[in-house]
Amino acid sequence: MLIDGPKQGNVIPDGFNPNYLKVYYGRLFPHADIFKWMSYGNDGRHPACDKSYFGRREFSFTLDNDIYLRFQSFNSESELENSIKEKCPSKIDIGPVYSVDPAKRHAYAQGGDNVFAPVERELIFDIDITDYDDVRYCCSGADVCLECWPLMTVAIKVIDTALRDDFGFDHILWVYSGRRGVHCWVCDGKARRLTNEQRGAIADYFRVYKGNENSNKKVSFPGPLHPFLVRSYTEVLREFFEEKLLLSQNLFSTEERYEKILSMIPDESVTSELRGKWQENRRSSNSKEDINFFRWEQLKNTLQSGKQKVQGLRRCVEEIVFAFTYPRLDMEVSKHRNHLLKAPFCVHPKTGRVCIPIDPKDCEEFDPTTVPTLSELLRELNTGDSRMDVDNEWEKTSLGKSIRFFRSSFLQPLLKSCKEEMESGYKAKIQQTKNSLSW
Amino acid sequence: MEIVRSQRSRTNTPNDSVSTLPLYRYAPQLEVRLEDFEVFAMDRLRVLKGISDALARGKRPEEMENLVRDLWKANMRHPEASEDVNKDIISHFVLRLVYCRTEDLRKWFLSMETALYRYRFLLGSSEAKRALMEEFDLPCKAISRTEFENAKEKLEQVARSFDQPLPTADAIFYKVPFEEVPELVAGRRVYIHKGHAYVAMHQVVSLVVTQFRSNLSKALILTNRKWTSTIREQEKDRLTPIVEALSMSYLGPDYSQTKEFGEISIKDLDQLARSSFPLCMRHLFDKLREDHHLKHGGRMQLGLFLKGVGLRMEDALAFWKAEFSHKVGAERFDKEYAYSIRHNYGKEGKRTDYTPYSCQKIISSTPGVGDHHGCPYRHFSEENLRAALGRMGVGSRAMEDVVDKVRNRHYQLACTLTFEAVHSSSCDAGINHPNQYFSDSHKILQPKNNNAA
Repeated sequence: MLIDGPKQGNVIPDGFNPNYLKVYYGRLFPHADIFKWMSYGNDGRHPACDKSYFGRREFSFTLDNDIYLRFQSFNSESELENSIKEKCPSKIDIGPVYSVDPAKRHAYAQGGDNVFAPVERELIFDIDITDYDDVRYCCSGADVCLECWPLMTVAIKVIDTALRDDFGFDHILWVYSGRRGVHCWVCDGKARRLTNEQRGAIADYFRVYKGNENSNKKVSFPGPLHPFLVRSYTEVLREFFEEKLLLSQNLFSTEERYEKILSMIPDESVTSELRGKWQENRRSSNSKEDINFFRWEQLKNTLQSGKQKVQGLRRCVEEIVFAFTYPRLDMEVSKHRNHLLKAPFCVHPKTGRVCIPIDPKDCEEFDPTTVPTLSELLRELNTGDSRMDVDNEWEKTSLGKSIRFFRSSFLQPLLKSCKEEMESGYKAKIQQTKNSLSW
Repeated sequence: MEIVRSQRSRTNTPNDSVSTLPLYRYAPQLEVRLEDFEVFAMDRLRVLKGISDALARGKRPEEMENLVRDLWKANMRHPEASEDVNKDIISHFVLRLVYCRTEDLRKWFLSMETALYRYRFLLGSSEAKRALMEEFDLPCKAISRTEFENAKEKLEQVARSFDQPLPTADAIFYKVPFEEVPELVAGRRVYIHKGHAYVAMHQVVSLVVTQFRSNLSKALILTNRKWTSTIREQEKDRLTPIVEALSMSYLGPDYSQTKEFGEISIKDLDQLARSSFPLCMRHLFDKLREDHHLKHGGRMQLGLFLKGVGLRMEDALAFWKAEFSHKVGAERFDKEYAYSIRHNYGKEGKRTDYTPYSCQKIISSTPGVGDHHGCPYRHFSEENLRAALGRMGVGSRAMEDVVDKVRNRHYQLACTLTFEAVHSSSCDAGINHPNQYFSDSHKILQPKNNNAA
């Protein structure tokens, strides 16, 4: 009665299919947490709560047969939960909070006063490792491995620090996108109320890489660097490039690869000098590690030798480091308030992995290859201790860690802050009314 | 404003500020002659059009400042010097009526008036600037000595990054929520800390301009409402015809209606791409044929251009499907791409009939990894540009002229020179729109085709 050995026939083959999803949405997906998050405190009983708030949020579902349902909205947690369980979407996207319930949008005009338009939306970022394909040699396309994943880690560090230190945001959630990238949700009230223009400005503040196969110089620093770039370079990028990326990607080990770096140096005399040295060294007996370090040092010495007359060389070293390591954001995702983004805790259809949060303070430890998959979680559910009297089944699985993290380091502080904001806003309003009544 | 016929206009004191740059907060309490109504507006429109052209040609800020001074002097002076301010205010409000009526008109007017305001502000004295800042009631605070000392190193870094003189000990900096200065943030022209931007005195224009823009944007919506609900009908015999005529004359065709020469078919496309497409569209077209794919930016830019050129929706669907099928398969095309083509033609979603992009829009886009849209004169390396121009048949002499224009960031002039070289004929108006390039080209080549037939 007490002993629970491995159950016979507990074979859940890997994969992703509607049956698995049904179980996932039925027993593991944290509906209540998503509801609480999206309510931003408006689900309470405080007089300042806006009861319509949650109902004005757009969700979209992608169903199994690629049918795409936009403008889904719900008025309560149970409506949301029931709809998800019933429809079993392979993907759930979250859109903005509109001026009115999206279900009623057709009643509203395009222009004028009573318009159907976004009024609040988190500030979001989407970083996809395929945008780095021209600087990673280990993988390409949708593949990701432990050699190139650190590019994402570095992107998180740079952007997260800037969001907190420069822009003053506090409530930031980083999420693994399930396959090859990360998403960032900035949820402060100030962030949610940003206009498209302001979002574009933040995206441009972060923009460094400008180019594609048609242009030459992708990163160009005509003058000394802005404090944000200086900090990113000295605290994160330089060390990452010199101590990790050089080796893991063997950036100088072949002619093709070092030529790519040479093409970033706009001075013939420098490039031919280096090329000469490296062609000679081809038959050197140095181990692979040394060659990359060694050539990088040579390059730096030649460029920084002090007698650079050509202006364009002053910051060439930084330009190369940034070209390889600096975050590449998808500008369009961040600029428009009506852009939809995949919800955390969805399962990626191609990999079966759950989109779990990433701790920015600990992002170096994050390993995309060990993220729980749908089938693993179902196995865990089956073999889990059925004696465990828990409120939530996810506590029996490896999803537990992620949900606990989501709650303690993101959701709770966020809701606390929403409550405070609501109370102080309310108090101020009451005060104002009192003042206007006084004779 | 009271519009009267042929009477001496009585001038009351100008409504707003003492400085010569008005705030345009309220329509002035003046009587205006009907003739002045139209003439003042046209004069101001000349200034705005001049600014629009200059911006499209990529003029630098210093050039713009001079240009605005000259344009203003040439057009906005009144025979009676004391009437200058009134002309300024009246013309602005008349143009609000003219340009409030559609989204596109509002957008254009907003951009040009904001640019005009910016340069007029910069041309003013420090006194005038400071006074105006107070009138605008901006959410900024001068920083204290201590704050300055703490931020000094970072402020110097910012100054150096733009080759500006380092801030002196008595420099005034304003601390402002970063949301108030989006353009400074976008260009990394300010130090930002914990949500506050440290704005130098010479950057203060950005604050003023952002407020101005925001106020005007709201005002235009209100004006539109008033126009639609009361004014248009009330004034249908007097002001309305004038207002409607004014808006026609200056924006030029937007190429959203199909042309005089009828529609084109898919089989003509390859030939037309070689003979009549501007470089930006030809590049996209060639890449599409080569890769059987284009990313979103390219699909929009090329797709809308083809619509403007006369490609019917059914043909567009067939064309894109034929290409994309090689890469993603017909089924996936139907699922993922067909919708947005129909969307472009106004057959889906909110049914807006999108207009093809103008040069200004294309030049200001930001193609990223894997993209091929944007303006090649701006975004291509010189080497790639020369190769592309060579493939178009541009001779070596003309090529040098084109490259010279590009170096000076005159992208549209470069395109115009290319047009002239390829067609062996001059293009006096200059290229402002890819569809204009196409229709001008077609006009030149068509009679030749007819003669050959």
